[in-house]
Amino acid sequence: MKSFTYERATSPAEAAAKAARTPGARFIAGGTNLLDLMKLEIETPPHLIDVNGLGLDKIEATDDGGLRIGALVRNTDLAADDRVRRDYGVLSRALLAGASGQLRNKATTAGNLLQRTRCPYFYDTGQACNKRTPGSGCSAIGGFSRQHAVVGASTACIATHPSDMAVAMRVLDAQVETVKPDGKTRRIKIADFHKLPGSTPHIETALQAGEFITAVTLPKPIGGIHVYHKIRDRASYAFALVSVAAVIQPDGTGRVALGGVAHKPWRVEKAETDLPKGAKAVMAKLMADATPTPENEFKITLVERTLSAALMDARA
Amino acid sequence: MKFDTPATTNPIDQLKVVGKPTDRIDGPLKTTGMAPYAYEQHEAAPNAAYGYVVGATIAKGTIAALDLSKAESAPGVITIVTADTVGKLDKGNFNTAKLLGGPDIQHYHQAIALVVAETFEQARSAAGMIKVRYTKARGEHDLEAIRTTATRHKDSKDSLVGDFVGAFSAAPVQLDVTYRTPDHAHAMMEPHASIASWEGDKLTLWTSNQMIDWGRGDVAKTLGVPKDNVRLISPYIGGGFGGKLFVRADAILAALGARQAKRPVKVALPRSFMFNNTPHRPATIQRIRIGASKDGKISAIGHENWSGDLAGGGPEDATQQTKFLYAGANRLITTRLAVLDLPEGNAMRAPGEAPGLMALEIAIDEMAEKLGLDPIEFRVINDTQVDPENPARPFSQRQLIKCLQSGADRFGWDKRGEPGKTRDGRWLTGMGVAAAFRNNLTMKSAARVKLDNKGVVTVETDMTDIGTGTYTIIAQTAAEMMGVVLDKVVVKLGDSSFPVSAGSGGQWGANSSTAGVYAACVKLREMVAKSQKFDPAKTSFADGKVTSGRKSIDLGKAAGVSGMVAEDFIEFGDLGKTHQQSTFGAHFVEVGVNVVTAEIRIRRMLAVCAAGRILNPKSARSQVIGAMTMGAGAALMEDLVIDKRHGFFVNHDLAGYEVPVHADIPHQEVIFLDETDPMSSPMKAKGVGELGICGVGAAIANAVYNATAVRVRHYPITLDKLLKDMPQIA
Repeated sequence: MKSFTYERATSPAEAAAKAARTPGARFIAGGTNLLDLMKLEIETPPHLIDVNGLGLDKIEATDDGGLRIGALVRNTDLAADDRVRRDYGVLSRALLAGASGQLRNKATTAGNLLQRTRCPYFYDTGQACNKRTPGSGCSAIGGFSRQHAVVGASTACIATHPSDMAVAMRVLDAQVETVKPDGKTRRIKIADFHKLPGSTPHIETALQAGEFITAVTLPKPIGGIHVYHKIRDRASYAFALVSVAAVIQPDGTGRVALGGVAHKPWRVEKAETDLPKGAKAVMAKLMADATPTPENEFKITLVERTLSAALMDARA
Repeated sequence: MKFDTPATTNPIDQLKVVGKPTDRIDGPLKTTGMAPYAYEQHEAAPNAAYGYVVGATIAKGTIAALDLSKAESAPGVITIVTADTVGKLDKGNFNTAKLLGGPDIQHYHQAIALVVAETFEQARSAAGMIKVRYTKARGEHDLEAIRTTATRHKDSKDSLVGDFVGAFSAAPVQLDVTYRTPDHAHAMMEPHASIASWEGDKLTLWTSNQMIDWGRGDVAKTLGVPKDNVRLISPYIGGGFGGKLFVRADAILAALGARQAKRPVKVALPRSFMFNNTPHRPATIQRIRIGASKDGKISAIGHENWSGDLAGGGPEDATQQTKFLYAGANRLITTRLAVLDLPEGNAMRAPGEAPGLMALEIAIDEMAEKLGLDPIEFRVINDTQVDPENPARPFSQRQLIKCLQSGADRFGWDKRGEPGKTRDGRWLTGMGVAAAFRNNLTMKSAARVKLDNKGVVTVETDMTDIGTGTYTIIAQTAAEMMGVVLDKVVVKLGDSSFPVSAGSGGQWGANSSTAGVYAACVKLREMVAKSQKFDPAKTSFADGKVTSGRKSIDLGKAAGVSGMVAEDFIEFGDLGKTHQQSTFGAHFVEVGVNVVTAEIRIRRMLAVCAAGRILNPKSARSQVIGAMTMGAGAALMEDLVIDKRHGFFVNHDLAGYEVPVHADIPHQEVIFLDETDPMSSPMKAKGVGELGICGVGAAIANAVYNATAVRVRHYPITLDKLLKDMPQIA
């Protein structure tokens, strides 16, 4: 770990402004991912801005019937919120499928969106990684790739996004509210928030330098049956091999997003029109142009079977 | 005391203290955080500087250039240890690769430097500033690819009996299958850690080590100092599983760092180093052939095993159990070793038998199915009460059949269905069984016993407690022998200034170390009796008193003002040669396999063990359920994955190397059969800590087969290996 300086921000706008002033600065909230990365010198921020005291820990109703989730709402609190449990079951289930009780108590909503890949080559500073050191190459390609992406990958990076929560938010069409260093605010659709790796896998989100997440909003509830299936070797405390978030309506229409298959929560809206025809029909577009490795091609079968079971459950 | 005739009745047989389920006497210290582990000996070495290890990032080659300049001038840095600064360094007898590499690199994360600084953070930060340029050399990293180059290790003995090839080809029913087990990490909770302090030319090392005397010898040899100048102290150990049998880089580098910094230095290996810096259980490839008559009698049994290690290393002999477990007149049992450029392999909980039974006990299940026999019945038909290779040698005790049959009753084995036919909602369910087998090893072990004028008995031995409950069984042994309550016994362990013990390894520790304490107590009893002019043969020790005829005196009074001290050891004669001494068990497992995703979840586990006298049923049960959990990990998830291009274990943290969590282990039951083994020691005990893992993996594998009708022969059994054969879902 490199030495770093530390300060506490007093407002979101000030946090963003401070971050813009110090190149490489990072916000710290729960620290459940960042501190590990700093100890391993995968992240070496010269400056940390503690945003824990900013009061962004409330879950409020929005004027259009949705919810605004403060950036610092802890995963545990979000999963347990009555409104989330009632109207956004997929989100509550996804949160509870993630990490461990201790980590969820600490981890925040914004931090969860910003957590970084668990690719083992990214975690080993002795190995080449375009995400860690742009231009150094990708050791995962041709290496141990069981956990890696099967869709949306590039020749520069085959990492996956590890979040469960973000997959549910993707299926719910959440939006990310931010404030920029100049004090201006904006909303980013979750679909646009996480990036595919392309030739710049180190750029993981749409956030600009210093831009600070203040909240995530959910549109008004859409009803339906909410499903989150996380498939893993170990029964708990493991990242998804594949996860399927789905909201299925009584008429068989619905939405589906996947975790564990891509550099971002994976959703293909045009595939969803085929949902009433069953999982096999959906797969053609949902997993089009998949580029699995021999070690992870099982993920495609797993997605289809899990989705198929989810659709059966929803009909039952 | 030499143990060379079978034990007769002795004071241990009273079972007033021994044999009772007893809370561990060190429990309160551990649960309150008051037990100082190696890295926490703050009072012993208050002025310690911090060392941080730098590991090589190539598998094989040389260091072309090592640039320390930035690190040397970093804040707080006191000194940097490298191969260039330490002079000539030897290698320990128990190490394969050097603990400080450079310029030659033998494996990934081989230590190449230690940065010593005022704080941990300063040392770690400066370690990151060291720049290394390597010249890579080509290495072999793929056992499968070089299997044909494997040779017989000098210590491996082929077991060739009768005409295996002829008998196998003539057998009406044949099985010829190959199984694979991957490399495994010990994944103990406490990383390797040490604090070193020099006073003149005398070194004290507070370390986390299972075998104090081995460690002391290897520290001395490596550093080139007399053994008498080295003291090892290791009172508490946060798990070892074989990974701490030997001195590792933390200890040697702490000693070198302290010498160079001229003050105490503490070093803990970072978690990632546990995987590529310290030893692991090597992967195996195992071909098993069984030939049998139609009524299930084995006529030919063949087990060929391949593993790999660094040059100069040893094999993972997965055939050990096959030499003893089943009858069969014609036998071919061999193990072969290939040279691999990976971090060194070595012992991990039940080395040999653990991966060996993972294969053999699937093969038995497969063969039983071919024969149309229940797998328990097949095992019963082929039971042997003598060493199959040398029928003149009987087993000292062998209750395998009783383990299997009583376990079957307890588990409800008769409810096992046809493969792939039992459903519980969205789950296919199945049951599996496997035999457990682990040889009983004995080791010379010494102890010192002191009796003070208050009747307090203090035991001193360099034996270790690696979380197994050694403190408690030693206290129970001394209390039983001296006729005092447990509270009157103080146990001091893990210090090389104490008499040399068996140490903790190979599940020999419990039996051998308590037998050593027994021997010392026998001597102390004689001293006490003689001091009162009692005939030792007619003197009893009970309720804190020593009594002969009508004369009785408090033990403390008998000890006199200055107390008494006795020291002795147990050493073992030929009973292990004349009799095959082994421990036995049966594992039963029920699993559910998700019909959609092929996720495998254990539903319940039962182990029935026959392992001599159980000294403390409570800590013995803890050992067995812990081992069953480890076996579940080996069966379902543990897999040190090799990057065959770069020659290292990729998943080198506890997120990537998964071990079971609570949710994976819902229900475990352990039954110990009544047994005493007078051939094993005066304690009539054996070991259970390794027996518990032996066979678990195969029982799980067989349960998965019974649930799904899909046979997986390549561990771990993960869902991707089942998925293509799972039922269609509409």
